[in-house]
Amino acid sequence: MLMTRMMMTKMKEEKKMTKFQLITKGLVKDNPTFVLLLGMCPTLATTTSAINGLSMGLATLFVLVLSNMVISAIAPVVPDKVHIPVYIVVIATFVTLLQLLMQAYVPDIYATLGLFIPLIVVNCIVLGRAEAFASKNSVLDSALDGIGVGIGFTVSLTVLGLVRELLGSLSAFGWKIPGTGDGMLAFVMAPGAFLCLGYLMVLFNKYIAKK
Amino acid sequence: MGGRSMAVKSNLTNMVLCLFTTCLVCGAILAGVYALTAAPIAETSAKILRASIGAVLPEEGELSEPQEASLAGQTYEYYTLKQDDEVVAYAVKSTVVGFGGPLTLMVGVTSDGVVYNTSVLAHSETPGLGAKCNTDEKFMAQWKGFDTTEKILSVKKDGGDVDAITASTITSRAYTQAVANAVALAASLKGADEADDADDQDDDDKDEGGEEND
Repeated sequence: MLMTRMMMTKMKEEKKMTKFQLITKGLVKDNPTFVLLLGMCPTLATTTSAINGLSMGLATLFVLVLSNMVISAIAPVVPDKVHIPVYIVVIATFVTLLQLLMQAYVPDIYATLGLFIPLIVVNCIVLGRAEAFASKNSVLDSALDGIGVGIGFTVSLTVLGLVRELLGSLSAFGWKIPGTGDGMLAFVMAPGAFLCLGYLMVLFNKYIAKK
Repeated sequence: MGGRSMAVKSNLTNMVLCLFTTCLVCGAILAGVYALTAAPIAETSAKILRASIGAVLPEEGELSEPQEASLAGQTYEYYTLKQDDEVVAYAVKSTVVGFGGPLTLMVGVTSDGVVYNTSVLAHSETPGLGAKCNTDEKFMAQWKGFDTTEKILSVKKDGGDVDAITASTITSRAYTQAVANAVALAASLKGADEADDADDQDDDDKDEGGEEND
């Protein structure tokens, strides 16, 4: 399934796009969460609140942009039989770098997301973009593509986190709605993640992606 | 721009060379970043630890370096707070098994067996339920000044005086157990410090509580 999806994206990218389109397609038409359904593990696991979703999205954005750029630059000299291991090493390097930096300078966010940061390595969005786009395009285009897809992922995760936080703990971005109680706890837990994701996907595909 | 093809054909030499170079460069970069961030990371975690000790102990006094002691087969890290060369309180790092994994608390206990305060260092409890042990004001506030000589360190369901978090009895029990362990350790440390102090209190009252199940 992943391969088919990657091939579909590949075919779409054959057509020439303006720089602006490179960024916007990751936001709407090829939104990684609601349209391509990539990177579901961090999507479901980290969106217990809007802040967590946002931080996870930004962390992925960081890795995505940098790995896209480096992979685009080295792709012409990488022998085709070892390109996946080389890409994974590059991605893993950036993820470890990010982990060390977060641990040192933003320990609060690291405390909540720490477990999921190493998992960015196996996030298929990152390897997917490396394979389908960065290895065949210029460094600048790959950076723009990374920014677009990264922002798309960040916005999706933030929205999903916000909805779950509102329903589950009646607060938004950590701000508790005054005079309210506990909310529907199921939405903070795994079943709520699937429910919210499903409904948001329906809404997104019906009203936004079609236009 | 688009449509650049993968140019290099693989052979053993260039595959080995390429992987070797990539790993070498990446390894070097990581080693560099690790060296740069090692100090800030150590500093941050020390700061977090200090803050968590500060939160559970009275402000005045001189805090000791980390020390280790074991009780009932478990080793604890603890800190003592001295005023005028006399130990007035202990901060004990206490780990128990919670609902979703290890639950680590920092528990401040004064030398007369009163819990000064508690704070959660690490937990993996269910969000919205057990995770409230870190946010629920009512639950957290009850530990402040919890006098183990008068009250029973056990959740109300088990006949004690601890108000459990709604729908999170297992987490509440684990939390209570962690505090009880810390209190017991503080008592034994105090007993060792002042061997002549005959009436050092033990945690008998906790055990009595367990029999009054409702």
